[in-house]
Amino acid sequence: MIVSDAICSFCGCLCDDIEVEVEEGRLKRVKHACRLGASKIMGHDRIKFPMMRRDGKLVETSYQEAYDRAADILLCARHPLLYGWASTVCEAQKKGVLLAEEVGGVLDSTATVCHGPSVIGIEEKGLAGATLGQVKNRADLIVFWGCNPAEAHPRHSLRYSSNVCGMFTPEGRKGRKLVVVDVRETRTAKNADKFVLISPGSDYEVISALRMLVAGKGDAVPDEVEGTSKAELSSLVELLKSAKFGAFFFGLGMTHSRGRYKNIDNALSLVAELNAHTKFVVMPMRGHYNVGGMGQVMAWSSGFPMSVDYSRGVPYFNPGETSACDVLARHDADAALIIASDPASNFPRPIVDYLAKIPVIQIDPYENPTTLFAEVVIPSAVSGVEAEGTAYRMDGVALRMRKLVDSIYPSDEEILTQIIESVHKKRGTVGCEKEA
Amino acid sequence: MKAIMISGRTLAQGAGCESKMSADFFKAASVCSLSEKDYNSLGLSDGRNVLVKNSFGQAVLSARMDAGLPPGMVFIPMGPWANVLVGPDTGGCGTPQYKGVEVDVEATDKPVLGARELFGDIGRASA
Repeated sequence: MIVSDAICSFCGCLCDDIEVEVEEGRLKRVKHACRLGASKIMGHDRIKFPMMRRDGKLVETSYQEAYDRAADILLCARHPLLYGWASTVCEAQKKGVLLAEEVGGVLDSTATVCHGPSVIGIEEKGLAGATLGQVKNRADLIVFWGCNPAEAHPRHSLRYSSNVCGMFTPEGRKGRKLVVVDVRETRTAKNADKFVLISPGSDYEVISALRMLVAGKGDAVPDEVEGTSKAELSSLVELLKSAKFGAFFFGLGMTHSRGRYKNIDNALSLVAELNAHTKFVVMPMRGHYNVGGMGQVMAWSSGFPMSVDYSRGVPYFNPGETSACDVLARHDADAALIIASDPASNFPRPIVDYLAKIPVIQIDPYENPTTLFAEVVIPSAVSGVEAEGTAYRMDGVALRMRKLVDSIYPSDEEILTQIIESVHKKRGTVGCEKEA
Repeated sequence: MKAIMISGRTLAQGAGCESKMSADFFKAASVCSLSEKDYNSLGLSDGRNVLVKNSFGQAVLSARMDAGLPPGMVFIPMGPWANVLVGPDTGGCGTPQYKGVEVDVEATDKPVLGARELFGDIGRASA
């Protein structure tokens, strides 16, 4: 059986033209996906059964025992962290909000170590947004700043941005200008009409200089800005202003570098100010396929897009205090539920060293370094491949992920529903619970 | 050699990130790319490793040349090897500084640790 127009569940592009061949209930082949998407959809070695740690070793257990042990851990914790959520669907994320409320925990998504600074910057400044369809059909100038879609979002340029033919951009790549700003010459930079090399950690200063030039206050800009010449920046500004429709995409080069959310704040201002000259839009290159969805779910349920602490009885949001890394770094979380993510690989090692000391419940289809110290391991169906649900593309467009094949594993949503039920059942009976 | 470390996505790292205990992911993520100038000045060649360290930790990585890197900058794919070198401070916004990390780089004959060895001393993993 051929499933056409399936949606890829790797990155925030959510490519919706994937063709999947299913034979006897198994995935045989995937077409049109990039290397990242094909690898994700085809899958790898799975965690075969639920496990609990006994005498230091993970041993097989039943799903019900795993749910009950997870409930015990969460009920006994003073301040549990519920983290991950980006590689699963909104229906599971909703259950995560319920569970965090039930156990008075901190709920945070992988955005916190990714585009979290973008989320903060957008809250500060607002976003001159667009859909990827608008960019495809109208943009004649694309800027990739601190991002490398050739490796991180391989089909972005072919489906939505620099290289695609659109309604008012029939010439595709030939009819568009591509600008890349980065600290190294990436594969994306090799495709650029103009590549501007900047020094690491100088994004804020360079954007500030560009804003001065856009505002006609070039006199105040020095001849060199953190190693980049004023002449280079002036020619870049002329190029930006000459566009009919410019689209500015930014990545972790900005959020992970010195300045972090202030870099984003400044870039959003630059784009807003370019709109005095021409049409310009801006968008973060979201990584995991539904990290945007978790932001949506958390925002409509709590009012805040990430890093929400439910321990006070009302949602409390203060990045730097209630974000996963900070809660762990100050040893303020005493248990963790990790779903659809791998903080052991993706958090700084000193933070991982602490995470490994507290009871960890892991929900994931695959073994990863977080499994090495997890107390309870619950294997799940791969959301977006073996379980259906809603996901939000990087431009905020919601798309429905279909189930492509059946699975012997429960979905994230089912697992969380069972854990919540066990929490209800066991509340007041565990014996180690915090006082209400 | 003093350098600035940048970590980030690569195609091979991304393709392996749902199978992190695999040989493919190990090969993709335990790599340190250096500029041509730095690669040569450290006397590196195919199959040689580098020891990258700072006050947060140290990691042995297989060395690779990347002509797109300016001298003084090294690139490590995002993942557990790179994150040995990243500090816990989030600058008040929740996000550690994964890029622009000051490191020391030297050639070494020490072997690159696999994922299990890298976490061998952590929590319950050794039990």
